[in-house]
Amino acid sequence: MAVHEQAVAARGDGVQPVHVSVRGVTRVYGDPVTGIRALAPTDLSLRRGEFYSVIGPSGCGKSTLLDVLAGLSRPTTGTIEFEGRVLDGVPDGIGVVFQEDACFAWLTVSDNITFGLRRAGVDPAEIARRLDYALRLMGLVDFATSYPAQLSGGMRQRVCIARTLVMQPRMILLDEPFGALDAQTRLIMGDELLKVWRETGATVLLITHALDEAAMLSDRIGIMSARPGRIIEEVETGWPRERDSRIAAEHSFGDITTRLWSVLRDESLKSVQLGGGR
Amino acid sequence: MKRALDFVLLIVVGFVFWEAMHLAAPFALTSPVESVAKAWSMALSPVYWPHVAETAKAFAYALLLAVGGGLALGLSLGLNRTSAEVAEPIMISVYSLPKVTLYPVILLVFGLGLPAKVAFGTIHGIIPVAIFAMNAVRNLPNVHLKTGRVLRLSRWQTLTTIVVPGALPEIVSGLRIGFSVTLLGVLIGEMFASQRGVGYVLMSAIGVHDVATIMASIVLLAIVAVSASAFLLWLDHRLHHRAS
Repeated sequence: MAVHEQAVAARGDGVQPVHVSVRGVTRVYGDPVTGIRALAPTDLSLRRGEFYSVIGPSGCGKSTLLDVLAGLSRPTTGTIEFEGRVLDGVPDGIGVVFQEDACFAWLTVSDNITFGLRRAGVDPAEIARRLDYALRLMGLVDFATSYPAQLSGGMRQRVCIARTLVMQPRMILLDEPFGALDAQTRLIMGDELLKVWRETGATVLLITHALDEAAMLSDRIGIMSARPGRIIEEVETGWPRERDSRIAAEHSFGDITTRLWSVLRDESLKSVQLGGGR
Repeated sequence: MKRALDFVLLIVVGFVFWEAMHLAAPFALTSPVESVAKAWSMALSPVYWPHVAETAKAFAYALLLAVGGGLALGLSLGLNRTSAEVAEPIMISVYSLPKVTLYPVILLVFGLGLPAKVAFGTIHGIIPVAIFAMNAVRNLPNVHLKTGRVLRLSRWQTLTTIVVPGALPEIVSGLRIGFSVTLLGVLIGEMFASQRGVGYVLMSAIGVHDVATIMASIVLLAIVAVSASAFLLWLDHRLHHRAS
């Protein structure tokens, strides 16, 4: 655990209070006895304002973990506490960015971004203020009146992040949001995500299959086992809060990805033997 | 510009073909010029308009019922996966049934007159509208519904702001087909059991071998049907284009 110890020493910051607590959560699809066990008893604590990534082999239950954390799916057993309250459905204060394109094709970029705010009955002046902020932050000012079909995949994903952002969530969950993007766009989007995280102060949980993405963006990384998935190890990166994709040039970046892969390799092999896949 | 030229060319070719058919069988078809002239005189005739009004009234009621009922049925089935899987083959089977065989039953239930025509038009239109609406909802990306849940929308908000707008391009495709077959149903109803309406005028002309009136009625119906269909097609293309 040399990397972990170095990381904690390097951060030197105080331990933040627990924001989300997952205790013994399992998820079985179908019959509780004979059904597909997506999650083994899983424990996880997210500190307020931290950037936490989850990596794991294909089909290990990463997206299931996100769904139960978001309140979109009920755990079969165990409890999840968000801000000290047991989760029962989608709570106030959570935003989710999905891997799939979730832009509404019939709305302009502006209307997509403000969709949730208008449904929530937020004051029009406040909507305009938050829209302006989100458009600037995500570099979408010139595309405010465009329709999603006129945008690239990366731009559409920015719209989805902006739509989540304007709701001012205290926790943002991202399910492989850059999975469909090319390598360069992923790096740029990663930088923008870090900017959003710093500016909002939200707790971020990122599901990804890319080790370098997890290593670059995160304060902590949870590694999941092959299905049924559970967090088998956590790695602290120790990065400063002010960081971007250039941190990949740091010497310890290689140590972190090596550490991640050394744990993940065995689980990926198990997953292949199990016939894992999404 | 090219599209407009293609359209004009299509019209010209159609009229040339029509004229050739007229020359080959003058007892079966009047010429395009004669047919259009007759249609114009019918359109100006005060005798013809009560028939148009009768057909328009029956068609309006039938379309309202077909669209309203079809959308309600299609949307509710589309939102429930199991119901949709059960209902789809049943609806397709019912739709493939020659509906004219049901007309005697409809006449027995509703009697002669407006209600029977409305019912017959409705049974033609309701199923295609329902099938298109149901499949439109089933084909909505699941991530849109998940987004609605994350934004904590009520069921009504989800229906009106995500489901219906998302399904609208497919729904309009269904309306286009529903419009045509509802009009067909009303006209068939008028042809076989009515004493008023455009279908009745057409059937009366067939009875006395008045080819000019038959052809003029076809011209007038074609103008209405093609105009409405062209508008719905334009709307359909516009909505699909925006979504792709």
